Amino acid sequence: MMTTQTTGRTLDRPALPEPVRLPRRRHRRRSAQRVARWQIYVPLGLYLLFTLVPFYWMLVFAVRPRGSDSLLPWPITLENFDTVWNGLGFGIFFQNSLMVGVASLIATTVIALSGGYALARYNFRGRQLFMIAMLCTQFIPGAMMLIPLFEIFRTLGLVNTLWSLVIAETVFQLPLSLILISGFIRNIPMELEEAAWVDGCSRLRGFFAVVLPMLRPALVAVGSFAFIHSWNNFLFALMFVSEQEKFTVPVGLAYTLGEFSVDFGALAAGGVVAALPVVLVFAVIQRYLVQGMSAGAVKG
Amino acid sequence: MAIAQAPPRERARPARAPRTPYVLIAPAVIAMLAFLVYPMASVVYYSLQHYNVSKPWDNAFAGLDNFRTLLFDDPLFWQSLAFSAKWVVTEVALQLVFGLALALIVNETFIGRAVSRALVFSPWAVSGVLTTGIWVLLYNPTTGVSRYLADLGLMNYGAAPLANPDTVFWAAVLAELWRGVPFFAILLLADLQTVSRDLYEAASVDGASRLRRFLHITLPHLKDAIILSTLLRAVWEFNNVDLLYTLTGGGPAHQTTTLPLYVATTAAQSHNFGYGSALTTAAFLILTFFSIAYLRLSKFGAR
Repeated sequence: MMTTQTTGRTLDRPALPEPVRLPRRRHRRRSAQRVARWQIYVPLGLYLLFTLVPFYWMLVFAVRPRGSDSLLPWPITLENFDTVWNGLGFGIFFQNSLMVGVASLIATTVIALSGGYALARYNFRGRQLFMIAMLCTQFIPGAMMLIPLFEIFRTLGLVNTLWSLVIAETVFQLPLSLILISGFIRNIPMELEEAAWVDGCSRLRGFFAVVLPMLRPALVAVGSFAFIHSWNNFLFALMFVSEQEKFTVPVGLAYTLGEFSVDFGALAAGGVVAALPVVLVFAVIQRYLVQGMSAGAVKG
Repeated sequence: MAIAQAPPRERARPARAPRTPYVLIAPAVIAMLAFLVYPMASVVYYSLQHYNVSKPWDNAFAGLDNFRTLLFDDPLFWQSLAFSAKWVVTEVALQLVFGLALALIVNETFIGRAVSRALVFSPWAVSGVLTTGIWVLLYNPTTGVSRYLADLGLMNYGAAPLANPDTVFWAAVLAELWRGVPFFAILLLADLQTVSRDLYEAASVDGASRLRRFLHITLPHLKDAIILSTLLRAVWEFNNVDLLYTLTGGGPAHQTTTLPLYVATTAAQSHNFGYGSALTTAAFLILTFFSIAYLRLSKFGAR
């Protein structure tokens, strides 16, 4: 049945050149057409509704005037944003989150890049042990580290500084980043590097000239992971920082939530402020993300 | 998995610089020793101590006292453990089913695919606290969906899913699902794209139905990715406390308290670091045990 259907469709197509000349292409078209359109669009549409209604709800509550009942984002007012940005201090929280996010992005990427290269290209004593240890760290509950990390940061005088967050974020991001980057480097043929050495490059120059450019999807994936995770982290920021000028966006948002009578307009506007950077970063990198994943650790 | 195998080309190692790999990996090792391994060891040490910041006069070596309390005198430990299991199994199972379906859909060729992918994956980037913020709006009786449905005469006014003990679990599950499905969709889509087209073509030439192709080609190909992603996600769902901490606070009446949430509140509110550390050690051991058992039973990596 399937075959007749497909053949029928193929014959309907006026522009198709003699099929004999393009056998592979015809097959590919056929397999692409096997799923009927509605079988894609109906479930996809339903799922999009589930995904987007919550975002839409937040947007509407953020921009509509006080006392309005409308579910349409019109007329637009920015008073809620003014309240959260200036009144509740989200302007400062935003800066803090941004600094922590960028610092842990840079630290994670650089450390994981150098370590990942060692893991991928050298066989050294302790390598296996390190690999196993990295896998084990994935089972450590973040909540479990609160007590001892707090004690460490207190000893180092880092409590109530953003550095405590940068360190904690970076360390928690490192294992996954190392696994991803070393998996990616292993997939780059050694011959390319060797060719660079033959041409007189040092190992370091060879790395920058040959390996680094090919690592772009992996670096984008690792860097954006680090940024998004640190932007989103709540528990560390809640525990290690108690001065309001050092709060990050999620902590500020949690305080807005914790008020006895929640100001829903402000909550929604704070939510938009919290969502915007990560959703934008995500929109730009999501194509690389799937690429980076499939070439990295998961495929094996 | 690739990380377990030795690097392919040892001959490329320059003999004159055996120190290079150690230098390269030193920053990672030092950071992880200082801020992961040492804290973990100190958790195990504290778990054997009576250590309460607010009652320093009682601090002393405790032996296994904390663990005895945990096993025999603390119903909340068992309750939170049972809830953790229920939470993790429900979330991971539902996220896997929807995530796989979503990955299969957006792996097809259709108009608007790139935009659809970006949109359906986007909640992945949203934090637990923000998820709470959004779903509090949606669930609230005066601002939520139920109120607007009631305006249309489709529901009664006043539904408050988060305050009602019968619905709070599913209300939390739905909110976490919203944010969790994209994780599976992204990972499984990445793996789907490595399935060879030729296999499908050969199978369809042989007259295999779509269901059979899915069962005999797609699923076996995805097996390792499914095992790994469910494991990672289960560990993550077990450990992550942001959403429940802010959405339900573990309530009503500890009904939605997971073990790590119990740890966090024990540490933050009662300052009983000794007992909190014992709970943590228990959580870590349980998690490691189940993870290894899962990898063994699912025959990860076996072809």
